[in-house]
Amino acid sequence: MPADDYQAVMARKNQIMKKAVGLDYSRFSRSEIAFDYGRMMAEVGYSLAEIIKIQQATGVGNTPLLELKNLTALVRKIAPRGKGARIFLKDEAANPSGSFKARRAAVSVYHAEKNGYDGVVAATSGNYGAAVASQAAMRNLKCIIVQEVFDRQGQGQPEILEKGRKCEAYGAEVLQLSVGPELFYTFLRVLEETGYFNASLYTPFGIAGVETLGAEIATQLRARGEREADAVVITHAGGGNLTGTARGLIKANSGKTKIIGASVDLSGLHMASDRDFNRKSFTTGHTGFGVPFASWPDRADVPRNAARALRYIDRYVTVKQGEVFYLTEALAQLEGLERGPAGNTSLAAAFALAQTMEQGQIIVVQETEYTGAGKHPLAQLNFARENGIRVERGNPDLEKAGESVIIPERPEQIKARELDLDRIKLSYLKNILKNTGVKKIEGEDLVFLAEEIKKSIAEVRAMLNRLP
Amino acid sequence: MAAIVNKGSWVQIYQVILPAGQRAPQVPDDTGRVPLELRTKGFLLEDGRPGEEVMITTYTGRRLKGILEEPAPVYQHKFGRPLPELLLIGKELRAILTEGVEDSAG
Repeated sequence: MPADDYQAVMARKNQIMKKAVGLDYSRFSRSEIAFDYGRMMAEVGYSLAEIIKIQQATGVGNTPLLELKNLTALVRKIAPRGKGARIFLKDEAANPSGSFKARRAAVSVYHAEKNGYDGVVAATSGNYGAAVASQAAMRNLKCIIVQEVFDRQGQGQPEILEKGRKCEAYGAEVLQLSVGPELFYTFLRVLEETGYFNASLYTPFGIAGVETLGAEIATQLRARGEREADAVVITHAGGGNLTGTARGLIKANSGKTKIIGASVDLSGLHMASDRDFNRKSFTTGHTGFGVPFASWPDRADVPRNAARALRYIDRYVTVKQGEVFYLTEALAQLEGLERGPAGNTSLAAAFALAQTMEQGQIIVVQETEYTGAGKHPLAQLNFARENGIRVERGNPDLEKAGESVIIPERPEQIKARELDLDRIKLSYLKNILKNTGVKKIEGEDLVFLAEEIKKSIAEVRAMLNRLP
Repeated sequence: MAAIVNKGSWVQIYQVILPAGQRAPQVPDDTGRVPLELRTKGFLLEDGRPGEEVMITTYTGRRLKGILEEPAPVYQHKFGRPLPELLLIGKELRAILTEGVEDSAG
Protein backbone atom coordinates (compact mmCIF):
# COMPACT_ATOMS: atom_id res chain seq x y z
CA MET A 1 0.00 0.00 0.00
CA PRO A 2 1.47 3.39 -0.94
CA ALA A 3 2.38 5.83 1.84
CA ASP A 4 -0.33 8.30 2.76
CA ASP A 5 1.57 11.09 4.50
CA TYR A 6 1.20 14.56 3.05
CA GLN A 7 4.40 14.68 0.98
CA ALA A 8 3.98 11.16 -0.42
CA VAL A 9 0.40 11.73 -1.59
CA MET A 10 1.19 15.13 -3.08
CA ALA A 11 4.08 13.56 -4.99
CA ARG A 12 1.57 11.19 -6.65
CA LYS A 13 -0.71 14.08 -7.60
CA ASN A 14 -0.23 13.91 -11.37
CA GLN A 15 -0.74 10.17 -11.68
CA ILE A 16 -3.84 10.26 -9.44
CA MET A 17 -5.28 13.10 -11.48
CA LYS A 18 -4.59 11.49 -14.82
CA LYS A 19 -6.66 8.49 -13.80
CA ALA A 20 -9.37 10.54 -12.11
CA VAL A 21 -9.90 12.96 -14.98
CA GLY A 22 -9.06 10.51 -17.76
CA LEU A 23 -7.17 13.20 -19.53
CA ASP A 24 -3.52 13.47 -20.45
CA TYR A 25 -2.83 17.17 -20.27
CA SER A 26 0.70 16.72 -21.56
CA ARG A 27 -0.58 16.31 -25.10
CA PHE A 28 -1.52 20.00 -25.17
CA SER A 29 1.81 21.13 -23.82
CA ARG A 30 4.07 23.08 -26.18
CA SER A 31 6.86 24.17 -23.92
CA GLU A 32 7.64 24.70 -20.27
CA ILE A 33 5.26 27.67 -20.43
CA ALA A 34 2.94 27.39 -23.41
CA PHE A 35 0.09 24.97 -23.99
CA ASP A 36 -2.63 24.87 -26.60
CA TYR A 37 -5.63 26.22 -24.70
CA GLY A 38 -7.85 26.51 -27.76
CA ARG A 39 -7.21 22.93 -28.80
CA MET A 40 -7.72 21.63 -25.27
CA MET A 41 -11.11 23.32 -25.07
CA ALA A 42 -12.11 22.18 -28.55
CA GLU A 43 -10.97 18.57 -28.32
CA VAL A 44 -11.68 17.74 -24.73
CA GLY A 45 -14.74 19.80 -24.06
CA TYR A 46 -18.01 19.46 -25.88
CA SER A 47 -19.47 21.77 -28.51
CA LEU A 48 -22.06 24.30 -27.46
CA ALA A 49 -24.78 22.28 -29.22
CA GLU A 50 -23.75 19.11 -27.38
CA ILE A 51 -23.71 20.88 -24.03
CA ILE A 52 -27.17 22.30 -24.56
CA LYS A 53 -28.40 18.75 -25.13
CA ILE A 54 -26.55 17.37 -22.10
CA GLN A 55 -27.93 20.11 -19.88
CA GLN A 56 -31.46 19.84 -21.20
CA ALA A 57 -31.44 16.15 -20.31
CA THR A 58 -31.20 17.03 -16.61
CA GLY A 59 -33.20 20.23 -16.59
CA VAL A 60 -30.21 22.56 -16.40
CA GLY A 61 -30.01 26.00 -17.99
CA ASN A 62 -32.44 28.07 -19.98
CA THR A 63 -33.05 30.12 -16.83
CA PRO A 64 -35.15 33.31 -16.92
CA LEU A 65 -33.53 36.62 -17.84
CA LEU A 66 -35.37 39.16 -15.71
CA GLU A 67 -35.35 42.92 -16.14
CA LEU A 68 -34.94 44.58 -12.75
CA LYS A 69 -37.20 47.55 -13.36
CA ASN A 70 -37.42 48.87 -9.83
CA LEU A 71 -33.69 48.67 -9.25
CA THR A 72 -33.12 50.39 -12.60
CA ALA A 73 -35.58 53.12 -11.55
CA LEU A 74 -33.68 53.48 -8.28
CA VAL A 75 -30.38 53.77 -10.15
CA ARG A 76 -31.86 56.56 -12.29
CA LYS A 77 -33.04 58.43 -9.20
CA ILE A 78 -29.48 58.72 -7.94
CA ALA A 79 -27.45 58.74 -11.20
CA PRO A 80 -26.48 61.89 -13.12
CA ARG A 81 -29.10 63.05 -15.65
CA GLY A 82 -29.45 60.67 -18.63
CA LYS A 83 -27.44 57.94 -16.91
CA GLY A 84 -28.68 54.64 -15.55
CA ALA A 85 -28.43 51.54 -17.74
CA ARG A 86 -31.19 48.93 -17.66
CA ILE A 87 -30.25 46.10 -15.32
CA PHE A 88 -31.09 42.52 -16.30
CA LEU A 89 -30.57 39.49 -14.09
CA LYS A 90 -30.03 35.89 -15.10
CA ASP A 91 -31.91 33.93 -12.45
CA GLU A 92 -29.55 31.00 -12.15
CA ALA A 93 -31.15 29.98 -8.85
CA ALA A 94 -33.75 28.35 -11.10
CA ASN A 95 -31.31 25.54 -11.93
CA PRO A 96 -32.01 22.14 -10.30
CA SER A 97 -29.48 22.59 -7.49
CA GLY A 98 -30.10 26.32 -7.10
CA SER A 99 -27.11 27.90 -8.82
CA PHE A 100 -25.24 28.21 -12.13
CA LYS A 101 -22.89 25.50 -10.88
CA ALA A 102 -25.43 22.95 -12.16
CA ARG A 103 -24.15 23.86 -15.64
CA ARG A 104 -20.61 22.86 -14.75
CA ALA A 105 -21.67 19.75 -12.91
CA ALA A 106 -24.00 18.62 -15.72
CA VAL A 107 -21.14 18.21 -18.17
CA SER A 108 -18.66 16.71 -15.69
CA VAL A 109 -21.13 14.14 -14.40
CA TYR A 110 -22.30 13.29 -17.93
CA HIS A 111 -18.69 12.75 -18.91
CA ALA A 112 -18.07 10.56 -15.85
CA GLU A 113 -21.10 8.43 -16.63
CA LYS A 114 -20.16 8.11 -20.29
CA ASN A 115 -16.67 6.95 -19.37
CA GLY A 116 -17.87 4.30 -16.97
CA TYR A 117 -16.87 5.82 -13.62
CA ASP A 118 -18.93 4.55 -10.65
CA GLY A 119 -18.93 7.88 -8.90
CA VAL A 120 -17.75 11.46 -8.79
CA VAL A 121 -15.77 13.42 -6.23
CA ALA A 122 -15.51 17.18 -5.94
CA ALA A 123 -13.43 19.35 -3.64
CA THR A 124 -15.61 22.35 -3.00
CA SER A 125 -17.12 24.32 -0.15
CA GLY A 126 -19.43 26.09 -2.56
CA ASN A 127 -22.64 25.58 -4.50
CA TYR A 128 -20.74 23.26 -6.79
CA GLY A 129 -21.03 20.43 -4.24
CA ALA A 130 -24.81 20.43 -4.36
CA ALA A 131 -24.66 20.76 -8.13
CA VAL A 132 -22.49 17.66 -8.51
CA ALA A 133 -24.56 15.75 -5.94
CA SER A 134 -27.79 16.64 -7.72
CA GLN A 135 -26.48 15.68 -11.16
CA ALA A 136 -24.97 12.46 -9.78
CA ALA A 137 -28.36 11.56 -8.29
CA MET A 138 -29.98 12.03 -11.70
CA ARG A 139 -27.35 9.94 -13.44
CA ASN A 140 -27.20 7.18 -10.82
CA LEU A 141 -23.60 7.80 -9.81
CA LYS A 142 -22.20 7.87 -6.31
CA CYS A 143 -20.98 11.19 -5.04
CA ILE A 144 -18.47 12.36 -2.45
CA ILE A 145 -17.99 16.04 -1.64
CA VAL A 146 -14.95 17.30 0.29
CA GLN A 147 -15.54 20.61 2.05
CA GLU A 148 -13.60 23.05 4.23
CA VAL A 149 -16.13 23.85 6.97
CA PHE A 150 -14.83 24.22 10.52
CA ASP A 151 -12.31 26.19 12.48
CA ARG A 152 -10.33 24.59 15.30
CA GLN A 153 -13.23 25.12 17.70
CA GLY A 154 -15.43 23.02 15.46
CA GLN A 155 -17.44 26.11 14.57
CA GLY A 156 -18.79 25.79 11.03
CA GLN A 157 -19.32 28.65 8.58
CA PRO A 158 -23.15 28.86 8.25
CA GLU A 159 -23.11 29.14 4.47
CA ILE A 160 -20.92 26.06 4.09
CA LEU A 161 -22.94 24.09 6.65
CA GLU A 162 -26.00 24.73 4.51
CA LYS A 163 -24.18 23.67 1.37
CA GLY A 164 -23.12 20.46 3.14
CA ARG A 165 -26.69 19.77 4.21
CA LYS A 166 -27.87 20.20 0.64
CA CYS A 167 -25.28 17.70 -0.63
CA GLU A 168 -26.50 15.20 1.95
CA ALA A 169 -30.07 15.83 0.86
CA TYR A 170 -29.07 14.57 -2.61
CA GLY A 171 -27.49 11.43 -1.13
CA ALA A 172 -23.86 12.48 -1.24
CA GLU A 173 -21.23 11.53 1.31
CA VAL A 174 -19.84 14.78 2.68
CA LEU A 175 -16.36 14.94 4.19
CA GLN A 176 -16.16 18.07 6.29
CA LEU A 177 -12.69 19.35 7.11
CA SER A 178 -11.20 22.00 9.30
CA VAL A 179 -9.37 24.95 7.75
CA GLY A 180 -6.40 24.38 5.49
CA PRO A 181 -5.22 23.85 1.94
CA GLU A 182 -4.66 20.16 2.71
CA LEU A 183 -8.26 19.68 1.66
CA PHE A 184 -6.58 18.88 -1.63
CA TYR A 185 -4.56 16.13 0.05
CA THR A 186 -7.70 14.54 1.47
CA PHE A 187 -9.34 14.87 -1.93
CA LEU A 188 -6.44 13.04 -3.63
CA ARG A 189 -6.67 10.22 -1.10
CA VAL A 190 -10.40 9.82 -1.77
CA LEU A 191 -9.82 9.77 -5.53
CA GLU A 192 -7.09 7.18 -5.15
CA GLU A 193 -9.14 4.99 -2.86
CA THR A 194 -12.43 5.09 -4.79
CA GLY A 195 -11.30 5.40 -8.41
CA TYR A 196 -14.12 7.89 -8.92
CA PHE A 197 -14.07 10.73 -11.44
CA ASN A 198 -12.62 14.06 -10.35
CA ALA A 199 -15.50 16.41 -11.12
CA SER A 200 -13.10 19.31 -10.83
CA LEU A 201 -14.39 22.83 -11.28
CA TYR A 202 -11.52 23.49 -13.62
CA THR A 203 -11.58 20.82 -16.33
CA PRO A 204 -12.56 21.75 -19.88
CA PHE A 205 -15.90 19.97 -19.22
CA GLY A 206 -16.74 22.17 -16.29
CA ILE A 207 -15.84 25.39 -18.05
CA ALA A 208 -17.57 24.44 -21.28
CA GLY A 209 -20.67 23.86 -19.17
CA VAL A 210 -20.82 27.57 -18.34
CA GLU A 211 -20.66 28.61 -21.99
CA THR A 212 -24.40 28.07 -22.33
CA LEU A 213 -24.93 30.77 -19.71
CA GLY A 214 -23.16 33.39 -21.81
CA ALA A 215 -24.84 32.17 -24.96
CA GLU A 216 -28.30 32.34 -23.36
CA ILE A 217 -27.76 35.96 -22.33
CA ALA A 218 -27.07 36.84 -25.97
CA THR A 219 -29.91 34.81 -27.45
CA GLN A 220 -32.52 35.77 -24.86
CA LEU A 221 -31.84 39.48 -25.35
CA ARG A 222 -31.94 39.03 -29.12
CA ALA A 223 -35.20 37.10 -28.98
CA ARG A 224 -36.80 40.04 -27.17
CA GLY A 225 -35.58 42.50 -29.75
CA GLU A 226 -33.14 44.08 -27.30
CA ARG A 227 -29.69 45.36 -28.14
CA GLU A 228 -26.58 43.37 -27.41
CA ALA A 229 -25.58 43.59 -23.73
CA ASP A 230 -23.15 46.45 -23.22
CA ALA A 231 -21.68 44.80 -20.17
CA VAL A 232 -22.03 41.55 -18.28
CA VAL A 233 -20.99 41.55 -14.65
CA ILE A 234 -19.72 38.24 -13.34
CA THR A 235 -18.96 37.28 -9.76
CA HIS A 236 -15.35 36.19 -9.91
CA ALA A 237 -13.62 33.62 -7.71
CA GLY A 238 -11.84 30.71 -9.37
CA GLY A 239 -12.40 32.14 -12.84
CA GLY A 240 -14.70 29.50 -14.33
CA ASN A 241 -17.84 31.58 -14.19
CA LEU A 242 -16.11 34.44 -15.98
CA THR A 243 -14.25 32.30 -18.51
CA GLY A 244 -17.25 30.17 -19.46
CA THR A 245 -19.67 33.09 -19.69
CA ALA A 246 -17.30 35.15 -21.82
CA ARG A 247 -16.66 32.21 -24.16
CA GLY A 248 -20.39 31.63 -24.49
CA LEU A 249 -21.02 35.27 -25.34
CA ILE A 250 -18.34 35.13 -28.02
CA LYS A 251 -19.78 31.89 -29.45
CA ALA A 252 -23.22 33.54 -29.60
CA ASN A 253 -21.78 36.50 -31.49
CA SER A 254 -21.88 38.92 -28.59
CA GLY A 255 -18.15 39.46 -28.51
CA LYS A 256 -18.39 43.23 -28.08
CA THR A 257 -19.99 42.90 -24.66
CA LYS A 258 -17.65 44.13 -21.92
CA ILE A 259 -16.71 41.43 -19.44
CA ILE A 260 -16.59 42.82 -15.92
CA GLY A 261 -15.47 40.65 -13.02
CA ALA A 262 -16.64 41.51 -9.51
CA SER A 263 -15.41 40.16 -6.16
CA VAL A 264 -16.16 40.91 -2.55
CA ASP A 265 -13.22 42.74 -1.01
CA LEU A 266 -11.72 40.51 1.68
CA SER A 267 -8.25 42.02 1.52
CA GLY A 268 -6.35 41.58 4.76
CA LEU A 269 -7.81 38.15 5.58
CA HIS A 270 -5.64 35.08 5.05
CA MET A 271 -7.58 32.34 3.30
CA ALA A 272 -5.70 29.49 4.97
CA SER A 273 -5.81 31.01 8.45
CA ASP A 274 -7.78 29.12 11.09
CA ARG A 275 -8.41 32.38 12.95
CA ASP A 276 -9.56 34.37 9.91
CA PHE A 277 -11.80 31.60 8.59
CA ASN A 278 -14.93 32.55 10.51
CA ARG A 279 -14.28 36.29 10.39
CA LYS A 280 -15.58 36.58 6.85
CA SER A 281 -19.20 36.75 5.78
CA PHE A 282 -18.60 35.51 2.23
CA THR A 283 -17.04 32.15 1.52
CA THR A 284 -16.80 32.58 -2.24
CA GLY A 285 -16.88 35.28 -4.90
CA HIS A 286 -14.22 37.14 -2.97
CA THR A 287 -10.78 38.58 -3.65
CA GLY A 288 -9.13 35.79 -1.63
CA PHE A 289 -9.87 33.49 -4.58
CA GLY A 290 -10.37 36.02 -7.36
CA VAL A 291 -6.96 37.65 -7.31
CA PRO A 292 -4.74 34.57 -6.82
CA PHE A 293 -6.68 32.50 -9.38
CA ALA A 294 -6.48 35.28 -11.96
CA SER A 295 -2.75 35.73 -11.46
CA TRP A 296 -2.02 31.99 -11.30
CA PRO A 297 -4.84 29.82 -12.67
CA ASP A 298 -2.83 26.61 -12.54
CA ARG A 299 -3.02 26.55 -8.75
CA ALA A 300 -6.20 24.50 -9.34
CA ASP A 301 -6.72 20.77 -8.79
CA VAL A 302 -5.90 19.87 -12.41
CA PRO A 303 -2.57 20.40 -14.22
CA ARG A 304 -3.99 22.94 -16.67
CA ASN A 305 -6.87 25.05 -15.45
CA ALA A 306 -9.47 25.62 -18.16
CA ALA A 307 -10.65 28.73 -16.27
CA ARG A 308 -8.34 31.54 -17.35
CA ALA A 309 -9.95 34.82 -16.43
CA LEU A 310 -7.25 37.17 -17.73
CA ARG A 311 -7.90 35.95 -21.28
CA TYR A 312 -11.36 37.47 -21.19
CA ILE A 313 -11.74 40.06 -18.45
CA ASP A 314 -12.03 43.76 -19.42
CA ARG A 315 -12.46 45.26 -15.96
CA TYR A 316 -12.23 43.90 -12.44
CA VAL A 317 -14.06 45.66 -9.62
CA THR A 318 -14.57 44.96 -5.93
CA VAL A 319 -17.48 45.63 -3.60
CA LYS A 320 -17.72 45.50 0.18
CA GLN A 321 -19.51 42.79 2.16
CA GLY A 322 -21.99 45.32 3.56
CA GLU A 323 -22.85 46.54 0.07
CA VAL A 324 -23.71 43.04 -1.10
CA PHE A 325 -25.96 42.47 1.90
CA TYR A 326 -27.64 45.80 1.17
CA LEU A 327 -28.31 44.85 -2.45
CA THR A 328 -29.49 41.38 -1.39
CA GLU A 329 -32.08 43.10 0.77
CA ALA A 330 -32.94 45.53 -2.06
CA LEU A 331 -33.41 42.65 -4.53
CA ALA A 332 -35.88 40.99 -2.17
CA GLN A 333 -37.73 44.17 -1.23
CA LEU A 334 -37.90 45.92 -4.61
CA GLU A 335 -37.86 43.04 -7.05
CA GLY A 336 -39.50 40.28 -5.03
CA LEU A 337 -36.50 37.99 -5.48
CA GLU A 338 -35.01 36.54 -2.32
CA ARG A 339 -31.67 35.09 -3.31
CA GLY A 340 -28.40 34.09 -1.63
CA PRO A 341 -25.94 36.86 -0.82
CA ALA A 342 -22.74 35.53 -2.43
CA GLY A 343 -24.42 35.32 -5.83
CA ASN A 344 -25.41 38.97 -5.51
CA THR A 345 -21.82 40.21 -5.55
CA SER A 346 -22.10 41.07 -9.23
CA LEU A 347 -25.48 42.71 -8.58
CA ALA A 348 -23.91 45.13 -6.10
CA ALA A 349 -21.23 46.01 -8.65
CA ALA A 350 -23.78 46.38 -11.46
CA PHE A 351 -25.87 48.72 -9.33
CA ALA A 352 -22.90 51.09 -9.11
CA LEU A 353 -21.73 50.57 -12.70
CA ALA A 354 -25.21 51.17 -14.19
CA GLN A 355 -25.06 54.72 -12.80
CA THR A 356 -22.11 55.49 -15.07
CA MET A 357 -23.77 54.09 -18.22
CA GLU A 358 -26.31 55.67 -20.59
CA GLN A 359 -30.01 54.95 -20.07
CA GLY A 360 -30.23 53.15 -23.40
CA GLN A 361 -27.53 50.68 -22.43
CA ILE A 362 -27.94 47.22 -20.92
CA ILE A 363 -25.96 45.70 -18.07
CA VAL A 364 -26.53 42.05 -17.24
CA VAL A 365 -25.95 40.44 -13.84
CA GLN A 366 -25.34 36.87 -14.86
CA GLU A 367 -26.27 34.86 -11.77
CA THR A 368 -28.30 34.40 -8.65
CA GLU A 369 -28.07 31.53 -6.17
CA TYR A 370 -30.66 29.93 -3.90
CA THR A 371 -30.99 31.13 -0.35
CA GLY A 372 -31.88 29.39 2.88
CA ALA A 373 -30.81 28.98 6.50
CA GLY A 374 -27.12 29.84 6.75
CA LYS A 375 -26.95 31.23 3.22
CA HIS A 376 -28.69 34.46 4.05
CA PRO A 377 -27.80 38.00 5.20
CA LEU A 378 -29.46 37.41 8.58
CA ALA A 379 -27.56 34.19 9.18
CA GLN A 380 -24.25 35.69 8.11
CA LEU A 381 -24.61 38.95 10.02
CA ASN A 382 -25.76 37.27 13.23
CA PHE A 383 -22.82 34.89 12.90
CA ALA A 384 -20.42 37.77 12.23
CA ARG A 385 -21.58 39.52 15.38
CA GLU A 386 -21.15 36.33 17.45
CA ASN A 387 -17.57 36.24 16.16
CA GLY A 388 -16.82 39.74 17.32
CA ILE A 389 -17.30 41.51 13.99
CA ARG A 390 -18.84 44.98 14.19
CA VAL A 391 -22.06 45.14 12.15
CA GLU A 392 -23.43 48.62 11.66
CA ARG A 393 -24.80 51.06 9.15
CA GLY A 394 -22.45 53.69 7.85
CA ASN A 395 -19.98 54.42 5.09
CA PRO A 396 -19.00 51.13 3.43
CA ASP A 397 -15.66 52.63 2.38
CA LEU A 398 -14.67 52.27 6.02
CA GLU A 399 -15.46 48.54 6.18
CA LYS A 400 -12.46 46.42 7.09
CA ALA A 401 -12.83 42.70 6.37
CA GLY A 402 -12.44 40.67 9.55
CA GLU A 403 -13.29 43.64 11.77
CA SER A 404 -16.48 45.17 10.44
CA VAL A 405 -19.36 44.80 8.03
CA ILE A 406 -20.76 48.20 7.19
CA ILE A 407 -24.21 48.29 5.65
CA PRO A 408 -24.62 51.46 3.56
CA GLU A 409 -26.98 54.16 4.80
CA ARG A 410 -27.88 55.30 1.30
CA PRO A 411 -27.76 53.63 -2.14
CA GLU A 412 -25.40 56.35 -3.42
CA GLN A 413 -22.67 54.96 -1.17
CA ILE A 414 -22.40 51.71 -3.14
CA LYS A 415 -19.28 51.65 -5.29
CA ALA A 416 -17.57 49.44 -7.79
CA ARG A 417 -13.91 49.89 -6.87
CA GLU A 418 -11.60 49.36 -9.80
CA LEU A 419 -8.73 46.90 -9.36
CA ASP A 420 -5.68 47.56 -11.51
CA LEU A 421 -5.80 44.70 -14.02
CA ASP A 422 -2.34 45.52 -15.32
CA ARG A 423 -0.94 44.85 -11.86
CA ILE A 424 -2.64 41.46 -11.78
CA LYS A 425 -1.34 40.72 -15.29
CA LEU A 426 2.15 41.65 -14.19
CA SER A 427 1.89 39.35 -11.22
CA TYR A 428 0.71 36.59 -13.57
CA LEU A 429 3.93 37.06 -15.57
CA LYS A 430 5.96 37.02 -12.36
CA ASN A 431 4.28 33.76 -11.36
CA ILE A 432 5.03 32.21 -14.75
CA LEU A 433 8.73 32.97 -14.37
CA LYS A 434 8.82 31.84 -10.76
CA ASN A 435 6.84 28.62 -11.23
CA THR A 436 8.47 27.43 -14.45
CA GLY A 437 11.99 28.65 -13.75
CA VAL A 438 12.26 29.79 -17.38
CA LYS A 439 14.70 32.70 -17.69
CA LYS A 440 14.20 33.98 -21.20
CA ILE A 441 10.84 34.19 -22.89
CA GLU A 442 10.59 34.26 -26.65
CA GLY A 443 8.85 32.85 -29.71
CA GLU A 444 5.72 30.87 -29.10
CA ASP A 445 5.87 31.51 -25.36
CA LEU A 446 5.45 35.22 -26.08
CA VAL A 447 2.44 34.52 -28.27
CA PHE A 448 0.96 32.31 -25.55
CA LEU A 449 1.47 34.92 -22.83
CA ALA A 450 -0.08 37.63 -25.01
CA GLU A 451 -3.20 35.46 -25.31
CA GLU A 452 -3.11 34.62 -21.62
CA ILE A 453 -3.29 38.23 -20.50
CA LYS A 454 -5.07 39.77 -23.49
CA LYS A 455 -2.21 42.05 -24.51
CA SER A 456 -0.11 42.52 -27.64
CA ILE A 457 3.24 40.80 -27.93
CA ALA A 458 4.94 44.20 -27.71
CA GLU A 459 3.10 44.96 -24.49
CA VAL A 460 4.06 41.59 -22.98
CA ARG A 461 7.68 42.27 -23.90
CA ALA A 462 7.55 45.67 -22.25
CA MET A 463 5.96 44.20 -19.13
CA LEU A 464 8.57 41.44 -18.92
CA ASN A 465 11.30 44.07 -19.18
CA ARG A 466 9.84 45.84 -16.18
CA LEU A 467 10.18 42.72 -14.05
CA PRO A 468 13.33 42.42 -11.92
CA MET B 1 -20.60 7.10 31.01
CA ALA B 2 -22.27 8.19 27.78
CA ALA B 3 -25.26 6.17 26.66
CA ILE B 4 -24.85 3.40 24.11
CA VAL B 5 -25.65 4.35 20.55
CA ASN B 6 -27.25 1.50 18.69
CA LYS B 7 -25.88 -0.15 15.60
CA GLY B 8 -27.54 1.32 12.51
CA SER B 9 -27.92 4.80 14.04
CA TRP B 10 -27.05 7.83 11.86
CA VAL B 11 -24.01 9.36 13.55
CA GLN B 12 -21.10 11.75 13.09
CA ILE B 13 -17.51 10.65 13.48
CA TYR B 14 -14.29 12.58 13.93
CA GLN B 15 -10.75 11.86 12.70
CA VAL B 16 -7.47 13.68 12.78
CA ILE B 17 -6.19 13.66 9.20
CA LEU B 18 -2.89 15.43 9.80
CA PRO B 19 -1.61 16.13 13.32
CA ALA B 20 -0.23 19.57 14.16
CA GLY B 21 3.36 19.68 12.97
CA GLN B 22 2.73 17.39 9.99
CA ARG B 23 0.68 19.88 8.01
CA ALA B 24 1.45 21.36 4.61
CA PRO B 25 4.54 23.57 4.72
CA GLN B 26 2.70 26.61 3.30
CA VAL B 27 0.02 26.94 6.02
CA PRO B 28 0.15 30.02 8.25
CA ASP B 29 1.35 29.57 11.86
CA ASP B 30 -2.08 29.60 13.48
CA THR B 31 -3.23 26.79 11.19
CA GLY B 32 0.01 24.79 11.48
CA ARG B 33 -0.37 24.69 15.27
CA VAL B 34 -3.65 22.75 15.05
CA PRO B 35 -4.47 19.39 13.46
CA LEU B 36 -6.42 18.97 10.23
CA GLU B 37 -9.68 17.43 11.33
CA LEU B 38 -12.42 15.59 9.50
CA ARG B 39 -16.04 15.06 10.39
CA THR B 40 -18.44 12.93 8.42
CA LYS B 41 -21.65 11.04 8.88
CA GLY B 42 -22.88 7.53 8.33
CA PHE B 43 -24.65 4.51 9.81
CA LEU B 44 -22.99 2.96 12.85
CA LEU B 45 -21.79 -0.59 12.13
CA GLU B 46 -21.74 -1.83 15.77
CA ASP B 47 -23.10 -0.43 19.03
CA GLY B 48 -20.77 2.21 20.45
CA ARG B 49 -20.46 5.12 22.85
CA PRO B 50 -19.55 8.72 22.10
CA GLY B 51 -15.77 9.12 22.46
CA GLU B 52 -15.05 5.54 21.37
CA GLU B 53 -13.51 4.54 18.07
CA VAL B 54 -16.21 3.13 15.81
CA MET B 55 -16.80 2.14 12.22
CA ILE B 56 -19.53 3.61 10.00
CA THR B 57 -20.89 3.03 6.53
CA THR B 58 -21.25 6.33 4.71
CA TYR B 59 -24.15 7.11 2.40
CA THR B 60 -22.08 6.02 -0.59
CA GLY B 61 -21.30 2.73 1.14
CA ARG B 62 -17.70 3.37 2.19
CA ARG B 63 -16.53 2.11 5.56
CA LEU B 64 -14.77 4.75 7.66
CA LYS B 65 -13.27 4.59 11.14
CA GLY B 66 -13.35 7.47 13.62
CA ILE B 67 -14.25 8.69 17.07
CA LEU B 68 -18.01 8.64 17.59
CA GLU B 69 -18.96 12.26 18.16
CA GLU B 70 -22.63 12.81 17.90
CA PRO B 71 -25.59 10.51 17.38
CA ALA B 72 -28.31 12.06 15.19
CA PRO B 73 -26.08 15.07 14.37
CA VAL B 74 -27.99 18.34 14.35
CA TYR B 75 -28.01 20.84 11.49
CA GLN B 76 -27.13 23.88 13.60
CA HIS B 77 -27.30 26.60 10.97
CA LYS B 78 -30.31 28.88 10.95
CA PHE B 79 -31.46 32.36 10.01
CA GLY B 80 -31.27 33.90 13.48
CA ARG B 81 -32.65 37.18 14.76
CA PRO B 82 -34.02 39.90 12.52
CA LEU B 83 -31.50 42.73 12.33
CA PRO B 84 -32.30 46.42 12.69
CA GLU B 85 -29.43 47.14 10.25
CA LEU B 86 -31.40 45.40 7.47
CA LEU B 87 -34.99 46.04 8.51
CA LEU B 88 -35.28 49.57 7.21
CA ILE B 89 -33.55 49.19 3.85
CA GLY B 90 -36.72 48.22 1.98
CA LYS B 91 -38.70 51.16 3.38
CA GLU B 92 -35.91 53.62 2.66
CA LEU B 93 -35.56 52.48 -0.94
CA ARG B 94 -39.33 52.56 -1.52
CA ALA B 95 -39.34 56.13 -0.23
CA ILE B 96 -36.62 57.13 -2.73
CA LEU B 97 -38.50 55.39 -5.56
CA THR B 98 -41.75 57.19 -4.84
CA GLU B 99 -40.17 60.60 -4.20
CA GLY B 100 -41.87 63.22 -6.35
CA VAL B 101 -44.55 60.75 -7.47
CA GLU B 102 -48.16 61.86 -6.74
CA ASP B 103 -49.87 59.63 -4.21
CA SER B 104 -52.68 58.20 -6.34
CA ALA B 105 -54.60 57.03 -3.29
CA GLY B 106 -54.61 60.53 -1.81
